[in-house]
Amino acid sequence: MSHKSTYEPKTGFEKWMDERLPIIRLGYDSFVDFPSPKNLNYFWTFGGILAIFLVIQIVTGVILAMHYTPHADLAFNSVEHIRRDVNWGRIIQAAHANGASFFFLAVYIHIFRGLYYGSYKAPREVLWILGVVIFLLMMATAFMGYVLPWGQMSFWAATVITNFFSAIPLVGEGLMVFLRGAFAVDNATLNRFFSLHYLLPFMIAGVVGLHIWALHVPGNNNPTGVEVKTKADTVPFHPYLTMKDLFAIVVFMIPFAWFVFFAPDILGHPDNYIPADPQVTPPHIVPEWYFLPFYAILRAIDFNIGPIDSKLGGVIAMFGSIAIWFIVPWLDRSKVRSGAFRPMFKWFYWIWIVNFIGLTYLGAQPAEGVYVILSKTATFYYFAYFLIILPFLPRIETTLPLPASISESVLAKHKTEAAE
Amino acid sequence: MATQSEKEPNRRDFLYVATGAVGAVGAAAVAWPLIDQMNPDASVLALASIEFDLSSVGVGQSVTIKWRGFPVFVRHRTEAEIEEARAVPLDALKDPETDAQRVKEGHEEWLIMIANCTHLGCVPVGESGEYDGWFCPCHGSHYDTAGRIRKGPAPKNLVVPDYEFLSDTVVKIG
Repeated sequence: MSHKSTYEPKTGFEKWMDERLPIIRLGYDSFVDFPSPKNLNYFWTFGGILAIFLVIQIVTGVILAMHYTPHADLAFNSVEHIRRDVNWGRIIQAAHANGASFFFLAVYIHIFRGLYYGSYKAPREVLWILGVVIFLLMMATAFMGYVLPWGQMSFWAATVITNFFSAIPLVGEGLMVFLRGAFAVDNATLNRFFSLHYLLPFMIAGVVGLHIWALHVPGNNNPTGVEVKTKADTVPFHPYLTMKDLFAIVVFMIPFAWFVFFAPDILGHPDNYIPADPQVTPPHIVPEWYFLPFYAILRAIDFNIGPIDSKLGGVIAMFGSIAIWFIVPWLDRSKVRSGAFRPMFKWFYWIWIVNFIGLTYLGAQPAEGVYVILSKTATFYYFAYFLIILPFLPRIETTLPLPASISESVLAKHKTEAAE
Repeated sequence: MATQSEKEPNRRDFLYVATGAVGAVGAAAVAWPLIDQMNPDASVLALASIEFDLSSVGVGQSVTIKWRGFPVFVRHRTEAEIEEARAVPLDALKDPETDAQRVKEGHEEWLIMIANCTHLGCVPVGESGEYDGWFCPCHGSHYDTAGRIRKGPAPKNLVVPDYEFLSDTVVKIG
């Protein structure tokens, strides 16, 4: 970790351990005396919330795997068995299924926090890129988990998403069959998805470790975007931020608990209570809500672009909409980090957020009439934000004066509040 | 060091490179089975062809059967549908094919196609859509009475698998 270690082993055991494996020192420097900007707001608690949700998903997931059967003939009934017969299975299954939704809700807030406060800018590019990697792993994990109950939505989600790969020229068809393990989605597909669904969360945990490491080298960004200059700008992580994170986690758990206890199926789709049938596609298939914006982008490309047909174009646009996040640190040319000091950027940012929510709505609508035109417009703005606004806005934007330090900004805020 | 690199490669250099090369080939040889196991296994490949008796499918009816895990449409077309498909000019088609190219000669009433939309694989709904053929509810592709793509995001016509008539009423698919 980049800050100077302040850990002093006190007991004999700690001294003995510190000379052999300084793991207590690592924990102390990372989560006890880690100097954190003192002006962090509640948007900075989502990292902790996400860590808790990763733990919830792994714990409930490992338990569900004790009762689940990954076979095309038995999977559907085994999930019903969990919900009806297994002790507490109703709650554990609901926590896992709704946990995925809340995991994504938290990760979206976490990502959009970073986009607003410029948390991706130097020296935090690697931190940001690791975050995008985690997001992609989350998407793969969530998709494969959704296939496991082997209902109609599960089956057709697996069919449609593995079909994305068939859009790749030359090798696409072969790759699709390779991924499915059969010509069409079948038992082999279900088996491997179960195996990978169990593996990927541990890969996520590994990349989260790197993400936290990459966070602790430059330290936290903060709402002013001004780097920490003196010790007066910081507070120790414990107890100030451990307690703040804990409070935020408790608040975030309240709606989660409501869904788990009182509306465990409200985010699901009734068609997934029909066992998978390869002969019939449900009339209106949609992904889970957290994939809808990308699904809307996929469908928005219904025209050929030169040699790229509509199918490949849609797949490129959909993957590109996330891949573009990888290069955001270099697309944004503004020298001012935090959006709080960028009067024009703010507008484009909030329009982008509304646009993203709009894409979520459009992804759930049938691909016809006015929805098609709206999807195309929203897709255009989605990309224009990254490719036009972030690089070129700084040329015309006059930013507000930055505070000299975090302390000064906190004190100035305090004074105006006192004057009122 | 500079003088050393100008020297001719000696026997030791050769041994280093050769060892590394054998190691790389060995690693690839070990990796291949670990990757190839994901391809369709022998039991999947064994189901590559099926026979189907058409006599139970009346005019205007269609059935969906399973072949290689895919749903397959077997449609007994009406005269009107065949006429409609033949009347379409080729330049109105996104993926131009004549009606005759999509059926077997002498058995024009039978249309046999893999029932997965060529867009992303959903099963289209029969006797619907703007061209009286099939309509895919997932992303809105319309197919005509010969299963040809007419409108929507799908790039190709519904795929006609390899099949042959063993007699007037029995087909072998695959």
